[in-house]
Amino acid sequence: MFRTVTELVEIAEQEKMPISEVMIRQEMEMKNRSYEDIFAQMEKNLTVMEEAVEAGLKGVESVTGLTGGDAVLVQQYRKEKTPLSGNILLDAVSKAMATNEVNAAMGVICATPTAGSAGCVPGVLFAVQEQLHPTREQMIRFLFTAGAFGFVVANNAFISGAAGGCQAEVGSAGAMAAAAVVEMAGGTPQQSAEAFAITLKNMLGLVCDPVAGLVEVPCVKRNAAGSSLAIVSADLALAGVKSRIPCDEVIGAMYRIGKTMPVQLRETGEGGLADTPTGRFLRDKIFGG
Amino acid sequence: MKFNSVFDIIGPVMIGPSSSHTAGAVRIGKIARDFLGEDCRWARIQLYGSFAKTYKGHGTDVALVGGLLGFATDDRRMRQSLDLARNKGIKIDFLEDTAATDHPNTVRIKIGNDHDDVEVVGISIGGGKVQIIELNGFSLRLSGNHPAVLIMHNDRAGAIASVTKILAKHQINIGHMEVNRKDVGKEALMVIEVDQNVSDTILTELEEADHIIQVSKIVT
Repeated sequence: MFRTVTELVEIAEQEKMPISEVMIRQEMEMKNRSYEDIFAQMEKNLTVMEEAVEAGLKGVESVTGLTGGDAVLVQQYRKEKTPLSGNILLDAVSKAMATNEVNAAMGVICATPTAGSAGCVPGVLFAVQEQLHPTREQMIRFLFTAGAFGFVVANNAFISGAAGGCQAEVGSAGAMAAAAVVEMAGGTPQQSAEAFAITLKNMLGLVCDPVAGLVEVPCVKRNAAGSSLAIVSADLALAGVKSRIPCDEVIGAMYRIGKTMPVQLRETGEGGLADTPTGRFLRDKIFGG
Repeated sequence: MKFNSVFDIIGPVMIGPSSSHTAGAVRIGKIARDFLGEDCRWARIQLYGSFAKTYKGHGTDVALVGGLLGFATDDRRMRQSLDLARNKGIKIDFLEDTAATDHPNTVRIKIGNDHDDVEVVGISIGGGKVQIIELNGFSLRLSGNHPAVLIMHNDRAGAIASVTKILAKHQINIGHMEVNRKDVGKEALMVIEVDQNVSDTILTELEEADHIIQVSKIVT
């Protein structure tokens, strides 16, 4: 049973198994369920993610009209031009945005760890598919690894914007994706932890300031940022770069920052971007002032 | 630990847009319905904190009512839940409350029909996870993740034994249990989380046991 990232990495190293396996075994033990049963449930979640990306890349529009269609634009640009940030990175961005556009349109998604941050994990997973050619099993394992890190954050800090700001949502989601893609690319458990720490460090202090209180602006583009940061952080960790502040301490810092974040910046739709002239104008337009 | 499954993190599969404000709200509504044991005829829903400020944008109202209708978090009928409730003749009032609460996503739901009513307070703690913190004026802590039996009883010696005896007879294992009373000798509440869903036959048997007033269950 692990409570911290340090413990998670220790178990993986001692038992000589990937982090995904540590998570699967803990789930079997805690829930008294079989390996096959747990694996099958995660495969269903993977399928939901695939369907959401597919729907988003065909183009959707939210009820308010605030979001939708940007994932399509990014994919077209990616096919027609040479993206400055690289093909995989921009593919992750478009797939992350596709997921969140479907979410905003009240479509079916899989929360990872929340709905507002549901784009980062599938965005990264489906983008690296082209280069890493994972098996179906490896793709499911990616989700268990992401889940293991999210599990630590959820129990030691928070994963909701209302409790801890966007750093708790997209910050956690991007960091989970980074840790998972390190494992898929052949990195060590410790490198997964480094990638997680590097991502979350760069998301610290990020506020949750949705325009009109809707999971649309800026949430869709924050997922674009989370997924791209995840890939960059994974590359840093795989290159051997370490986080000077250990992973669990970064999570602790995120918790304390969230605790001192004013309520206006925690999913109430009252501060930040929501409280700009345009943010207020959009809110009044949508809800009739 | 607040979260004890990987599927709390990778999941739930749900209708967007917010796990705390939509999926969590469905679950709280569903638990309230489970307590009542059937469809309600009326509902009075008081929203606090972030719930009160953003419920329209997040579809929290639609989600809570979806839960009251017994929907799961990924039910595609969710978007039409307010219309569906109206067509069933259910009267629903939403109130935005400015009172301070411990948790930003708090809702108080009072629902009822001609012969019965229940009042629950639920909080949505993130990622679609919820906790019920109050039932009919009793403080409690219930996740809704496990099947559970809730038993209103009179605070008398033997009341708990009469219940556990019946559960033991039916091979129902208790995972967690708490007892809470308003005052010595007054009404009390037993919250029993169990490993498997409890059948209606067992529920009836529990209802007929000594000192028991009312029984309801959570099915997962």
